[in-house]
Amino acid sequence: MSRLEWRVATVVGVRDETPRTRSLVLNVPGWAGHRAGQHVDVRLVAEDGYEAQRSYSIASAPENESVELTVERLDDGEVSSYLCDVLGPGDGLELRGPIGGYFVWDISSDGPLLLVGGGSGIVPLMSMLRHRARSDAAVRSRVPTVLLYSARTAEELIYKEELEKLANGNDSLMVCITLTRDAPAEWRGLRGRVDRAMLEMVSATVSGRPNVFVCGPTPFTEAVATLLVELGHEPSRIRTERFGPTG
Amino acid sequence: MSDTPFIARGFHRRRPEASANRLPPGQYETRDFPVLSAGPTPRTPLSQWDFTINDPTGRSIRWSWDELMALPHESPTVDIHCVTKWSKFGTRWEGISLDTMIAAARDASLAIPSYVLAFSDGDYSTNLPAADITGGKAWIAFGYDGAPLAPEHGGPARLLVPHLYFWKSAKWVRGLRFIDRDVPGFWEQLGYHNRGDPWKEQRYQGDP
Repeated sequence: MSRLEWRVATVVGVRDETPRTRSLVLNVPGWAGHRAGQHVDVRLVAEDGYEAQRSYSIASAPENESVELTVERLDDGEVSSYLCDVLGPGDGLELRGPIGGYFVWDISSDGPLLLVGGGSGIVPLMSMLRHRARSDAAVRSRVPTVLLYSARTAEELIYKEELEKLANGNDSLMVCITLTRDAPAEWRGLRGRVDRAMLEMVSATVSGRPNVFVCGPTPFTEAVATLLVELGHEPSRIRTERFGPTG
Repeated sequence: MSDTPFIARGFHRRRPEASANRLPPGQYETRDFPVLSAGPTPRTPLSQWDFTINDPTGRSIRWSWDELMALPHESPTVDIHCVTKWSKFGTRWEGISLDTMIAAARDASLAIPSYVLAFSDGDYSTNLPAADITGGKAWIAFGYDGAPLAPEHGGPARLLVPHLYFWKSAKWVRGLRFIDRDVPGFWEQLGYHNRGDPWKEQRYQGDP
């Protein structure tokens, strides 16, 4: 297999998703496409030769012409703070990818789809949902899908309006959101950490043998994957992406 | 790597300088111990746990948990490097040298050819040249930082091959299959490098 070459992408747009997350819209010359769920490696080289690399999930659908990353700003993160605060339209950004061949999904995969995301773990799952939304309605209806998405507060929900729009226009997609800290009084979604009852509820809406993708911080992913196995999901159908802090 | 690096406008080092010779290219130091696994954490009770070495002729040798614990222990302190870019310095492990296990396998008349496939609970596998797990470079580890190795970090036992990227240090390891010809393991079939030397930055297929 040929080498994954470093390419210099051009930032064609930025979009603040929440106070802590920003999406970068990239034009990547020679990009050969990706599968929903994959990531890229980003490399930053300073004038003095200092180099830093990090991995970021791709948020956009494979069908999209541009490649979008959504980056969470970490307080002491030299790469994430650069991507969120310094980089702007017209700037170049060095990356290579796509990377990862296991935490991937496409519409032709057999069976329903169960997605469970915590915090910025929503990003690779969003690529899957966007990919699903791009397919024919008839194909889509054969892939009942549920997303269970946990965030701390309403303000920290990434892609909120887009998720609502996707769920409203689509009776084979259910989006369940739970807020673990402060939910506003008018909040009509779920409250509290993802627990057995929530996972039982979402599992019931995708009967059969769903493909399950879980992405979030390590304790979240560990707890959710363990509960899903206890609820009878086959371990081999559960794909996880755990992340610790990547500054 | 291109010859002239692309300079990121306005990017500067914010992290303290890591001990210069300790950090492989493209890595950063972390004090945490991140967890990365492809699926749920398997949980095999110790009473049902065993460790097997197979050779290409069909011979095998097997240890129960108690038999494994009776072998001489070592306490390596090593730097570890994950392909996802973090490195962690001075990690303290307790385990058994694979030299000890392989010597026992030789004593039991097993053939030890040039390649090995380590296999784990959860259908994980990773391939290694035998030369990378012999000569005091690799262990079966069951203790970390003075405590039993936690399940999410690969407990009850994982491989520890610290001179290669950490995916080669298979979690939940249950055995070694010696083979005459190299075959790719789990991540090696999915685009990751066959050997994974962090000092040569062998992250993905096609890297030097």
